[in-house]
Amino acid sequence: MSETKSAALRTPRRRSESAVPHVPTAPDAAVQLKSQGLTKTYRKGGVPIPVLRGVDVEVRRGEFLAIIGQSGSGKSTLLHILATLDAPDSGEVHYEGRRIDNLPHGQRDRVRNGQIGMIFQFYHLLPELTALENVLSPLMISSSILGYWRRRREYTDRAKELLNVVGLGHRLKHRPRELSGGEMQRAAIARALISGPQVLLADEPTGNLDRGTGQEILQILGRLNRERQLTIVMVTHDMAIAERADRVVRLVEGRAERSKL
Amino acid sequence: MDWPLELPPPLLTDEPMYKLILCWRYLSTRYIALASVISVTLGVATMIVVNSVMSGFAHEMKDRIHGILSDVIFESHGTGFDDPEYHMDRIRDVAGDYIAGMTPTVHVPAMLTFEYSGKSYTRPVTLIGIDEKTQGQASDFGKYLLHPGNREKMSFELRDGGFDTADRQDGAPAGGRSALGEAGWSYRRWCVERKKAFDAEHPQRVEPPEPSGNLVPDGSESTAGLNDREVMLTSGEEEADSEEPAGHPTSMAADPFQPQAETFDPAKEQHTGLVLGVALSNFRDESGQEQFLLLPGDDVRLTFPNAANPPGAATDWFTIVDLYESKMSEYDSTFVFVPIQELQKLRGTLNPQTNIGDANSIQIRLKDERDAELVRDKLRQSFAMQLYSVSTWRDKQGPLLAAVQMETSILNILLFLIIAVAGFGILAIFFMIVIEKTRDIGVLKALGASGRGIMGIFLSYGLSLGMVGSGVGMVLGLMFVTNINQIAKGLSWLTGHEVFDPSIYYFYKIPTIIEPWTVTWIVCGAMLIAVMASVLPARRAARLHPVEALRYE
Repeated sequence: MSETKSAALRTPRRRSESAVPHVPTAPDAAVQLKSQGLTKTYRKGGVPIPVLRGVDVEVRRGEFLAIIGQSGSGKSTLLHILATLDAPDSGEVHYEGRRIDNLPHGQRDRVRNGQIGMIFQFYHLLPELTALENVLSPLMISSSILGYWRRRREYTDRAKELLNVVGLGHRLKHRPRELSGGEMQRAAIARALISGPQVLLADEPTGNLDRGTGQEILQILGRLNRERQLTIVMVTHDMAIAERADRVVRLVEGRAERSKL
Repeated sequence: MDWPLELPPPLLTDEPMYKLILCWRYLSTRYIALASVISVTLGVATMIVVNSVMSGFAHEMKDRIHGILSDVIFESHGTGFDDPEYHMDRIRDVAGDYIAGMTPTVHVPAMLTFEYSGKSYTRPVTLIGIDEKTQGQASDFGKYLLHPGNREKMSFELRDGGFDTADRQDGAPAGGRSALGEAGWSYRRWCVERKKAFDAEHPQRVEPPEPSGNLVPDGSESTAGLNDREVMLTSGEEEADSEEPAGHPTSMAADPFQPQAETFDPAKEQHTGLVLGVALSNFRDESGQEQFLLLPGDDVRLTFPNAANPPGAATDWFTIVDLYESKMSEYDSTFVFVPIQELQKLRGTLNPQTNIGDANSIQIRLKDERDAELVRDKLRQSFAMQLYSVSTWRDKQGPLLAAVQMETSILNILLFLIIAVAGFGILAIFFMIVIEKTRDIGVLKALGASGRGIMGIFLSYGLSLGMVGSGVGMVLGLMFVTNINQIAKGLSWLTGHEVFDPSIYYFYKIPTIIEPWTVTWIVCGAMLIAVMASVLPARRAARLHPVEALRYE
């Protein structure tokens, strides 16, 4: 973490290395993911600690949004609530115009499985599975044994293709412990995209990587955003990394503020 | 927060794929969990072995008891009843439809006396008078005789040779009964020859042919005994055959044929036939080999009470015509069978005019032995219970069978507790695995796995472990049971003393019966315990909050 902070100072400016010129998303694109007045309070030893105090965020289709804030500012909590992994104390989350935070468990599971992909600071690959199997795991979750067996070829091809996109096509059979941090994060990105989600939520995706590797990951994310019109919401505490995004929202004292950027 | 506990889907094909692959991966990478089911394995194996051996024993015992006793036994409380034919007719009136065969018997306590090597031996026995024509219809008596001809058709006439020379049981040492090879008429004639030769060689020992030869001069008798013992000592290490010639001439040389020498030629004639329990005729030496003191062809004397009041003693000579081996040591060492008419005559109950004598029990065989209780109750209603008692073979040996049954149940309970203890081991290990896997559970939930699905992983993991544990246990148990005799032999060799002593149980092999249903129940029970032990950890896994699980370090 501290490494990324110091690295941020030396980060080369702007996204000039991308070959395709970046076209910022039109401000009139449809709102894809939206939160209204989200509040969340944790209790520690009986003392309530308000983390979110009414967060309003709007993410438009195809947008690359960075949410920046200090450690403990509630960035991750916000991301978890957007992903329906956590429930807000009050407020609403809308996805494609539909409220999703109060859906029954089964439907929320399906939203996470098919609509919203997630990547994490610590990659969170399953250690028992190979890179390829890890990428396939959302499909394994959504399909029955028989259904999976019937389409296993199609699924495997799709996973291999995605692994090629993230540049990990040569390490299909390796277990996570045999991969480097960057390679694990690439596999995690492929996993997040396997079931074709519209939105990718990234929780400090470079937080545990050295600067160079982090840049590579950010390049991949940028490319996915441009080439596949993938909506990305990335949480970070590092301004230099946040600068990669189209738009930055700053989380201060539990509220979202438009960043100076 | 509310995490509803839902039932798993009913069809295997509805199960999500990840359950299968994760379950399999956990199974193939967590050896500690496999170690936790070793106790399940051992418990299942032990239960299968114990149940098989116990039911083998119970079956063997039931078989033997039932083989000797007929289905229903009709007895007199007193010393007996006259006219068994009349009683049998009355029984037929009451329950004739169920009855396949009946035979009257007379049971009296008796003393068996015989001489061997000049020493006299006395044994208390139960003397049973049987009707050889109908006995076979009422019980399996005939099956236990050692001459194949007698097994086919019972006769109290001495046969010439052909007795079984081997124990008919599996696993008995071959040639253990080679002494029986010459038994019969040829043996009887050989004994007479031997005696004549002995008398010719030792003229000084020839006893004066006194009709009242009960008082044998002491000196000659004891020297003969000593002499014979020396012969026995020198040849004692040899097998039974070499012993017989040394021993028997003198047993023949003693009294038996002298009083009737003029009228009775032992080489051509026999006394009334007698079937002797095999354990009365022999003993086992240290190596477990049977050494025969008496063989078919030998003469013995029986003393028993007559029917007078108070009873006097009746004595007569009998010739052993066959041996009886039921493998129930209690019976084999006490039962002596003689023709019922002869016994009635000797006891003085036979009416010379009608040729009808007393009996004290009627053995009844049923067409279907399951009707035994019914027939018993019918007979109890129609006969005066002050005078008669009616019982089934189960009633007669009920306590013995019940004891075996109870031992089996208690052992089963104890062993099942062992498996239950193993269940707690699985519970503990599973909790550890759930804690270890907390983050992975969070990841799976973030990827869209349901609480139910997560629970399913751990339940099927528990089921798989149970299946592996009890499956291996089943294989081990069945292998143990099928090779139990070799294992017993190996253990005997290893520990240096007999694990399973055939002289105690009268069989050479440990009897086992594998009951498929028992095995199924044991295996299913063990799997159920493994699943039940995984329910709590699985619920805990299902209820983990995904965010907290993801944060778990």
